[in-house]
Amino acid sequence: MRVPLSWLNDYVDIKDIPVQDLANRLTLAGMEVEAIETIGYSGAELPWNPQLITTAEVLAVGPHPDADRLVLVEVDYGGPEHEIAVTGAPSLYALKGQSDLHLKVAFAWEGAMLYDGHAEGFVLRKLKATKVRGVLSRAMVCSQKELGLADVHGDIIYLPDDTPVGVPLTEILGDHILHFEIKGPFGHLQCVYGIAREVAALFGRPLKRTPLEAVTRLGLTTVEQPDAVELEIPDSDLCPRYTATMIRGVHIGPSPLWMQLRLQRAGMRPINNIVDITNYVMLELGQPLHAFDYAQIRPRAAGAKPAIIVRRALPGEQMATLDGELRTFDAEMCLITDGGGPVGVGGVMGGLDSEVKATTEDILLEAANFFFLNIRRTTQLLKISSEAGNRFGKRVDSELALIAGARAAELMQELAGGFVDPIAGDLYPGKPAPFAVSYRPDMADPILGVSVPADEQRRILTALEFAVRDADDGTWQVLVPSYRLDVRHPVDLVEEIGRIYGYDRFPHTLIDEPLPPLRHNVPLEEEERVRDWLVGLGLDEIISYSLIDPADEVRLTPSGMTLALPGEVITLRNSLSPERSQMRRTLLPAMLRTARNNLRFLERVALFEVGRVHYRLATPDPDTAETGVAEPRRLALLLAGPRQGRWFEPTDRSALDYFDLKGIVEAFLERLALLDKVQWERGAHSSFHPGRCARVTIEGREIGYLGELHPLVCEAFDLPVQPVVALERDLEVLLDAARVAEGGKHVGMISPYPPVHEDLALIVDAGTPALDVQRTILQAGSPLVTRALLFDIYQGPQVGEGKKSLAFALTYQSPGKALDEKDVEKLRLRIIKVVEKQLGAKVRRA
Amino acid sequence: MTLFDALEQVYNEAQAALESAMVSPELETWYAAYLGRKGAVTLQTRAVGQLPKEERPIFGQRVNEVKQALEDAYVARAEVIKQAEMLHALESGAIDITLPGRPVTQGHLHLTTRTLRQIYDIFAMMGFEVFEAPDVELEAYNFDLLNIPDYHPARDMWDTFWVQTPPGEPRLLLRTHTSPGQIRAMRERSANQEPLRVILPGKCYRYEQITARSEHQFYQLEGLAVGRGITLTDLIGTMHQFAELFYGAGRKIRVRSSYFPFTEPSVEVDTQCILCGGKGCGVCKYTGWLEIAGAGMVHPVVLQNGGYDPAEWTGFAFGMGIERPSMMKYDVSDIRLYYGNDLRFLRQF
Repeated sequence: MRVPLSWLNDYVDIKDIPVQDLANRLTLAGMEVEAIETIGYSGAELPWNPQLITTAEVLAVGPHPDADRLVLVEVDYGGPEHEIAVTGAPSLYALKGQSDLHLKVAFAWEGAMLYDGHAEGFVLRKLKATKVRGVLSRAMVCSQKELGLADVHGDIIYLPDDTPVGVPLTEILGDHILHFEIKGPFGHLQCVYGIAREVAALFGRPLKRTPLEAVTRLGLTTVEQPDAVELEIPDSDLCPRYTATMIRGVHIGPSPLWMQLRLQRAGMRPINNIVDITNYVMLELGQPLHAFDYAQIRPRAAGAKPAIIVRRALPGEQMATLDGELRTFDAEMCLITDGGGPVGVGGVMGGLDSEVKATTEDILLEAANFFFLNIRRTTQLLKISSEAGNRFGKRVDSELALIAGARAAELMQELAGGFVDPIAGDLYPGKPAPFAVSYRPDMADPILGVSVPADEQRRILTALEFAVRDADDGTWQVLVPSYRLDVRHPVDLVEEIGRIYGYDRFPHTLIDEPLPPLRHNVPLEEEERVRDWLVGLGLDEIISYSLIDPADEVRLTPSGMTLALPGEVITLRNSLSPERSQMRRTLLPAMLRTARNNLRFLERVALFEVGRVHYRLATPDPDTAETGVAEPRRLALLLAGPRQGRWFEPTDRSALDYFDLKGIVEAFLERLALLDKVQWERGAHSSFHPGRCARVTIEGREIGYLGELHPLVCEAFDLPVQPVVALERDLEVLLDAARVAEGGKHVGMISPYPPVHEDLALIVDAGTPALDVQRTILQAGSPLVTRALLFDIYQGPQVGEGKKSLAFALTYQSPGKALDEKDVEKLRLRIIKVVEKQLGAKVRRA
Repeated sequence: MTLFDALEQVYNEAQAALESAMVSPELETWYAAYLGRKGAVTLQTRAVGQLPKEERPIFGQRVNEVKQALEDAYVARAEVIKQAEMLHALESGAIDITLPGRPVTQGHLHLTTRTLRQIYDIFAMMGFEVFEAPDVELEAYNFDLLNIPDYHPARDMWDTFWVQTPPGEPRLLLRTHTSPGQIRAMRERSANQEPLRVILPGKCYRYEQITARSEHQFYQLEGLAVGRGITLTDLIGTMHQFAELFYGAGRKIRVRSSYFPFTEPSVEVDTQCILCGGKGCGVCKYTGWLEIAGAGMVHPVVLQNGGYDPAEWTGFAFGMGIERPSMMKYDVSDIRLYYGNDLRFLRQF
């Protein structure tokens, strides 16, 4: 919302308040000034030099001796002599030959900086004295465009007749415009007068009531059924009040300059005097108005007077609105209808047919009130945005309707030559009772933490037009002004007191109370530890979008297999795009996309993400707070690219593979004390290479899959042809297990006795998992075999077809004594016996 | 030439030869040639038998003197050569110390994680624990229980992503702010009627076109304190403390009146622009201030909905964006860099 200070000053005297101070004070009090726009004064886009750009009076227009299309104007600029200037302005040209004129204009002298009236856009130029066809012209009469007041080059500006001559133009047309960002549904702040009220309260200044008193000035009285129109509100829940004022015999034409400038500065385009007046009063008082062409309003029956009926729409009823759209209504929408059908969407937009036209003579002026929630429902469902709908949607005081209607009627009488019917219609079925809040001045301190004296509280409330009445028991009955629809509770009054008193005066304190019972957030602490470990293992953390493309789930299952994703997918009802239309059930698609995007610039990526996936499990139940949606945490890792970066000596440039990722995973599992508890088995997962995928479980619970991506998945995600290894696991299961493992963890004593090392090579079936062999050795040798490190794998003629040799470096060590050759021999034989029996292994002799 | 003369000659020769031994192998050759088993001096010792008996002791003594002198000279020479050789080895072992080190792969935390942790730490000092709430939320929790009924104009403050739900079922949405967690936290803790200090971080979602300045997904962090004597000045002090710990000591804040449906009074908290320090610049739109949080005293209706009697309890709440502070701090001009995960960006943190 934009408020020109020249306008604001009509209601509260602010001339002596520096603009910046005014803006700061309003900002702190909740009316945030986002920008201050300056017109004419220094700081404006086009400052008007006060010496060179002044007011002046055109006295005569004479012919140019040598140019038919130009004239010479004689101008009184307040100096000792008159100045002659050349102009081609059409309205002055039309006066050629006339003298004894008294036209007040904006006059610029050579040296003044102005916009070029004839150039496209705003082009600065300096006014120079020039000879125009033999006549020296040192000054010019300015148009709006030249002064930066309009974007099209129109006629010159004519100032009001009472404008003094020879004063800087800034004093007449200069201005500051405050651009407000007002948060909240406050109808009462959406107008110049509403801001004026706040300024008056903040600065303790009187507020002029002129714009509210047009009813009195016009001597207007009201009846429910006036002569001109029959009024009926069958659905008064949607329309608590409808007033109709007749203005007869108006002349449609442009509105005066001052009104046009105010509208422009407030951000609206002038249209004609009648429409401008309705807009002007809306901007001034916050009440949307609608002017009907009275001649177009139909009676219910021939011979009857025209009728206005405010009712719910019939389902499927249609009307073309002012914007030219044909609208279809549902049975909850409020229509303004006449004897023949709809003529407007109540409080939102008028109908095309009853619009004011150039030929309109009689105006039926509607000033009504509409129920805000229904207005909002209607504008949202019809997707209509209008000034009226926007304001009514933020609640407008129903008491304002007649006041604003009279104000507009008064202006129409004054500026459009109309005559106001002295009796207006006012049907007010929803008149609210006066509202008072029971309040005690000691309610403020416990909320604010500041003792605002009772007198000061009373002063603030009174300044904001609340009426404070003392009750016997020390409570106050605070009568709320009708326009303060936002104030309903004592705490609302506390806020008023706090913000006017000034938050900048509040001390800064810290909570002075015992701490609540302290708790660990164990899941979060674990999650953060996981992040640290993975960063320590050389991975970069990513955080990706939770909304994904449904096609991505399909891309993960290229080979006709089904991908087992949990629960039921969550899809949006309104999405920005198909690519962001469903909640992820797996972290993999985002991981793959991130890899793809980064591999365009980087040769190697090593990524992890810890984040939630979302899927539906049950029906939501607000009573139990259950959303019915599971949001477990997942962990995904991905590696792609060469194992080592380039260096000036050769490095390992082969592609990262399954074992690189497994190494990271093992190190990570070791951190979680789970390395010796997980089971690795060949996994069948549609996204992974069938021969290079592991399913990882812990005590029978699946925690995830690790593998090289299936080449078709790489293709589907447009990844380069190289092994991309990824892992997705259920972090919840993993962390549960880790918690158990951490609980049962023992520190192994470090033996002071020397270990014995020896190698043992075993020949087993080629398909036997190495991990089984290793674990069997360790079990058989437990507890004295402390390590069995696989250091060689051999397949070939020496071990025979379908066989392989696995060589382990064994470490024997006892915590209680130095092992001798006999002890070791005994252990070795035991191990060999077990592996022979359980795995069909044979010792490979050198 | 007598044996004596011959001895002296060998001695002189040996001394000269030793001087010309420059490297260890030469030195060893010299030793073998003079002092070794078949060395010239050793052979002289054996020649003692050819001398008359009375000359033998004199000769023997001299031979021993020569041997000892040469042994000493050898040790001294060996030391010199060793020093020289080491010096040479060090000189020739010099490398270009400006060459790059062997590449090490380093991991990085996401910038958002870093910011969140900083904020967790600050509020932990003030007794706030982290409380998490769901991303997919009930309409009632995101709006109604926060004093924002259906079609209420306040709902305009949040453009909402709605979830497809079967007709007749309670509506679900993607939380537009972290505030629904307020209700969840309060309902959990009000069961014991205990005071509460929590911060609620999380992803939030808004139906907004994605531009350099706005994202459909972002992080927010909400704070909530409920107690028996919590006031607006406590909120202001807490925000000031946070600003000093997060943005730097001595930092001022400014509190403006504002509007949120779930707080009353409602305020917005600004801090001095971190780029211009309050003088005014393009980032702060020449106001000198940057908004860091929306806040206020918990609305009595919301306290009630959370299970706390507003006659007995008061509380404050605040909410802040997580990306904006780091965007300002590091001069990041495009929010899309955050969850677009461009590693060239993320690896800088």
